[in-house]
Amino acid sequence: MQVGLTSYLIVAALLFCLGLYGVLTRRNAVAILMGIELMLNAANINLVAFNRFVAPAAVAGQVFALVIITLAACEAAVGLALVMAAYRSLETIQVDEINLMKW
Amino acid sequence: MNLASLQADLWTVAPELWLLGVGLLTLLLDLVVPAGRKAAVGLTAVVGLVLALIPTSSMVLWQPRTVLFGTYAVDGFAVFLKIIAIVTTILVILSATDSMGRQTRFEGEFYALLVFTALGLMLMAASTDLILLALSIEYVSLTSYVLAGFLKGNPKSNEAGIKYFLFGATASAVMFYGFSLVYGLTGTTNLYQIAQRLSAAPVPALYLAVALMLAGFGFKISMVPFHQWTPDVYEGAPTPVAAFLSVGSKAAGFAALVRVLVVTLDPSRVNWVLLIAVLSAASMTLGNLLALPQRNIKRMLAYSSISHAGFLLIGVAAFRGDFGTPGVLVYLLGYTFTQLGAFFVATLIGSQLGTDEIPDYAGLARRAPVLALLMAVFMLSLTGLPPTSVFLGKFYVLAAAIDNGLLWLAVVGIINSVISLYYYAGVIRAMYIMPAASEAPLAEPAGLQVALGVTGLGTLIMGIYPQPLIDLARSAAVLLRL
Repeated sequence: MQVGLTSYLIVAALLFCLGLYGVLTRRNAVAILMGIELMLNAANINLVAFNRFVAPAAVAGQVFALVIITLAACEAAVGLALVMAAYRSLETIQVDEINLMKW
Repeated sequence: MNLASLQADLWTVAPELWLLGVGLLTLLLDLVVPAGRKAAVGLTAVVGLVLALIPTSSMVLWQPRTVLFGTYAVDGFAVFLKIIAIVTTILVILSATDSMGRQTRFEGEFYALLVFTALGLMLMAASTDLILLALSIEYVSLTSYVLAGFLKGNPKSNEAGIKYFLFGATASAVMFYGFSLVYGLTGTTNLYQIAQRLSAAPVPALYLAVALMLAGFGFKISMVPFHQWTPDVYEGAPTPVAAFLSVGSKAAGFAALVRVLVVTLDPSRVNWVLLIAVLSAASMTLGNLLALPQRNIKRMLAYSSISHAGFLLIGVAAFRGDFGTPGVLVYLLGYTFTQLGAFFVATLIGSQLGTDEIPDYAGLARRAPVLALLMAVFMLSLTGLPPTSVFLGKFYVLAAAIDNGLLWLAVVGIINSVISLYYYAGVIRAMYIMPAASEAPLAEPAGLQVALGVTGLGTLIMGIYPQPLIDLARSAAVLLRL
């Protein structure tokens, strides 16, 4: 059985929605970060699948996916560093408890 | 593409390469300069940035073209925004040389990060390829997160950093998903080729992609409904960083937004003009209404920056004709001077009096007459009263709206200008009418004085004698199109 473009897009869309759901419902900053990683991976699956099925002549999609993987790694590094710094002074990483500033 | 033409292309990115060198030099200098003299690191960075202005401004009138395999634009629009990015960075570093040294021992790294962010802003303004655009936007975001959370021992700064990061990373992820859909619909990442192929793409999928991409751009320019991070980050971040984010990131975000919308999406059948016009009206109104009850100057300026993003979006929506794109450029430059100036006054008060509350500005007219006068000028300029720089910008974007048949949007803009007078005038009232808590004059550090002088002069000169700038913006408003 041939796996077509649509199957990949459905998986990616599901992954994206799961990630977004995690970002919107989780209260732990690290869990939110994991949701964001899921969303980035959804974009990656899209890019690689489109590269294979829509524009197989060039590898732009695969290069784009590699760039996003690198960015995700940088983002995790910076994000976890910020979470660490926040934990040291605020002693929590639950985002609903980080609320010194409100309107 | 042979080696000779690649070399020629490298000359066109000379300012970016130069800034990369300046950033690395700043990092190295930070290692050898002893604590207590770190301001010298900042001054070196300032000299490097000033030198970068020379090759950059010589490019304004170059023939528009793309270089480096079609991924990078050399056109007046990009060059104009690069100049704004460099000038912003210079002024922010000057304003920070006094206050940052007392708040952190990593002062040198702060200047290096600012220089690297300036490089990212320049890349953002000129990218014409989705991959490079994604890379540069994320680059600017990552350094901005660190800058917002720079004061590691300060809980508010930590909170600003983490909030900025979570909002920003989510917005970027949504935007990348949108980029992947655009790539899938067209099979290319080059913005100009996308423009050619989009007319064949199915419209509903295109609307989805535009909406997803707007999340990322909207976050960068703090457009409603992606604005929630703005007040918290501006309040918690060090004041020079708030100044930088409110001007530098916003200008570069507008550069990317205008390029993607006007160059790439305009030939397609997506009616994005109405979408942007509605978002513009929402940003102006919501930003203004939420600014009304604020007592903290940084929060007030944050909400006002949301409303100014709305005004700038008028110029984006009304891009057809002679006023829209030059209007955005004129507005951005005028807003740069004025908003930076207002934040510099807040920096000075914050570091001398240790407060950001507007009632504590009471009696400033007696304690620091020049400072109070400058702040009054900045507040009147942000309202949009002549003869100041933001008046000129507002005049242009409102003219563009009427010219494009968006009369309702111009009316919303004028009403919002009137509303904004209330909270800007509140600052002037505190400074001139309320009695001072003490009569002691305020010390004004040299770096801040220079930065304030430049912003004050910029605000007034642009308002009184705007013709050279208008000519420049008109000739720079050449957006490379197909």
